[in-house]
Amino acid sequence: MKKVRKPDVAIVGAGPAGLAAALSAKEAGLRDVMLIERDIELGGILPQCIHDGFGSIIFKETLTGPDYAQRYINRVGKTNIDVKLNTLVLDLKPNKTMTAVNSTDGIFDVEPKSVILAMGSRERTRHQILIPGFRPAGVITAGAAQRYINIEGLMPGKEFVILGSGDIGLIMARRVTLEGGHVTGVFEVAGEPGGLTRNVVQCLHDYDIPLHLSHTVTFIHGRKRVQGVNVARVDENMKPLKETEKFIECDTLMLSVGLIPENELSKKAGIELDPVTGGPIVDERMETSVDGIFACGNVVSIYDLVDYVSRSAEAAGVGAFEYVNGKKRSGRAIKVVPGNNVKFTVPQVVRSLERPVSLYFRVEEPRLKVVASVSVNGEEVARKKERKVRPPEMVKIDLKPERLSAAGEEMKEIQLEVAPSEK
Amino acid sequence: MKNKHQYVCINCPLSCSLELLEEKGEVAEVQGAECKIGKKYAEEEFKNPRRMVTTTVLIEGGELPLLPVRSKSSIPKALVGEAVKALADVVVKAPVKSGDIIYPNIVDTGVDIVASRDLPKASS
Ligand SMILES: Cc1cc2nc3c(=O)[nH]c(=O)nc-3n(C[C@H](O)[C@H](O)[C@H](O)COP(=O)(O)OP(=O)(O)OC[C@H]3O[C@@H](n4cnc5c(N)ncnc54)[C@H](O)[C@@H]3O)c2cc1C
Ligand code: SF4
Repeated sequence: MKKVRKPDVAIVGAGPAGLAAALSAKEAGLRDVMLIERDIELGGILPQCIHDGFGSIIFKETLTGPDYAQRYINRVGKTNIDVKLNTLVLDLKPNKTMTAVNSTDGIFDVEPKSVILAMGSRERTRHQILIPGFRPAGVITAGAAQRYINIEGLMPGKEFVILGSGDIGLIMARRVTLEGGHVTGVFEVAGEPGGLTRNVVQCLHDYDIPLHLSHTVTFIHGRKRVQGVNVARVDENMKPLKETEKFIECDTLMLSVGLIPENELSKKAGIELDPVTGGPIVDERMETSVDGIFACGNVVSIYDLVDYVSRSAEAAGVGAFEYVNGKKRSGRAIKVVPGNNVKFTVPQVVRSLERPVSLYFRVEEPRLKVVASVSVNGEEVARKKERKVRPPEMVKIDLKPERLSAAGEEMKEIQLEVAPSEK
Repeated sequence: MKNKHQYVCINCPLSCSLELLEEKGEVAEVQGAECKIGKKYAEEEFKNPRRMVTTTVLIEGGELPLLPVRSKSSIPKALVGEAVKALADVVVKAPVKSGDIIYPNIVDTGVDIVASRDLPKASS
């Protein structure tokens, strides 16, 4: 029998979250850092995101996905972080024992002192199942199309209809157009685009691709291959209006209906999940409900900026270092209560304000000229003006420890709300 | 009289709404940018819109069949399609390092196309 590896920390997934977590744990002082990735290379989803727009906050320049990943991969290469590629983590127990498999070691256990979950997200496909019609070839998720075109060099079709206006769908509308395909239109059931404004501008407007809001696909035609789809306008209750239904010829229906955190392992470890984000409930050092198991990146919540993913991972790396060095968490977990126009926050709970805490959140409704404000025990401790807030765009607000420690009180209640800025 | 022009900054996902005030064809003021890039962007959208080019080229002998590439800086928006077409025929040989010039002076813009990542030789 081989000896069981007992690293200081084992990180599951080597996308931007896993890479930054590994580096941060290492730089904080952990000696034995193990980074486990099921794919053949590091970088997670970034190698297929060949467009630019990554890194504007951390690097103050706009990089492509592969560029952004490369910077972290180069740094990891200069350390003695134990990188295990082609290795899938199959199981994780609440006591942190994990089981993994690869072709050289077979099935093996790891008994790390701490764990950082960085498994990222997967694409929603639910809508596909709900659309009536046949199940022909030519129905594909936007992420799969991205992989085919950008990694494997295969065009999945010629005439596209895109359902959903999530970012990946918008990016792919431009991509297939540049590759010689044709996009008849993007159909979005909601009254607002699902993706970032910048992507609507540079991917649709620039290429004259129409965006049909409050529309959906009602039927898929074709038995072997998609031959077309029916689309219709929807009413306020998102019910298709029969009289508006029309046929569009296409050979490919691309679905871009959002991402969901990938949490099979978290469930196995008995980690408490947030029904709103779909990821683990974490505190300010990204520790989950299970002691010594941390989480960061899209596994926690779908962050739209990769920079925020990396920041969350840095916090998790430092958290793991503290945990392994005997600094167990203390203090009661105080839930950050989402007040007016706040859908959720990450972290969801805060234990102390000894260190600066960044709260990331999404709003429920789009609004212009607002103020986000955080109050502790009813007293405002942070305030941030925003010109524009939209549900697809995450907002960050920083809590500075000085603001509270002066009061010296025990933290009983935290609330975050978004209100119109008076004037 | 000042004319207003509305733009959305596309340089990062914050998507700042920009308002450019123009007086007699000259930029008088830009409002709404969270950073300097936005101000410059609005001025460019007004005078001469530019875009980055990102695509892939074929690579021989690499770990993967395609190499992602990008323009070193933006090129005139109207030339993006032509640039991507020119790159469709390019085949490079592994290994490649991030930043290596793949295609100098794309469609005579003076801008080089560079590799977006390292791509080592396939370990056969
Ligand atoms: C298809 C797709 C396309 C995207 N496109 C864009 C885009 O165009 N622009 C943008 O800004 N953002 C995009 N995103 C969002 C992007 O994913 C995030 O910004 C960022 O990559 C999240 O980083 P992460 O490290 O949390 O997750 P990921 O990058 O998804 O990395 C997670 C890693 O964990 C590994 N993993 C998962 N489970 C296991 C396991 N059990 N064992 C071992 N390894 C495991 C995976 O193989 C993967 O490498 C996209 C996301 C997806 C899913
Ligand atoms: S102005 Fe700066 S912060 Fe705002 S979208 Fe542009 S690059 Fe981003």
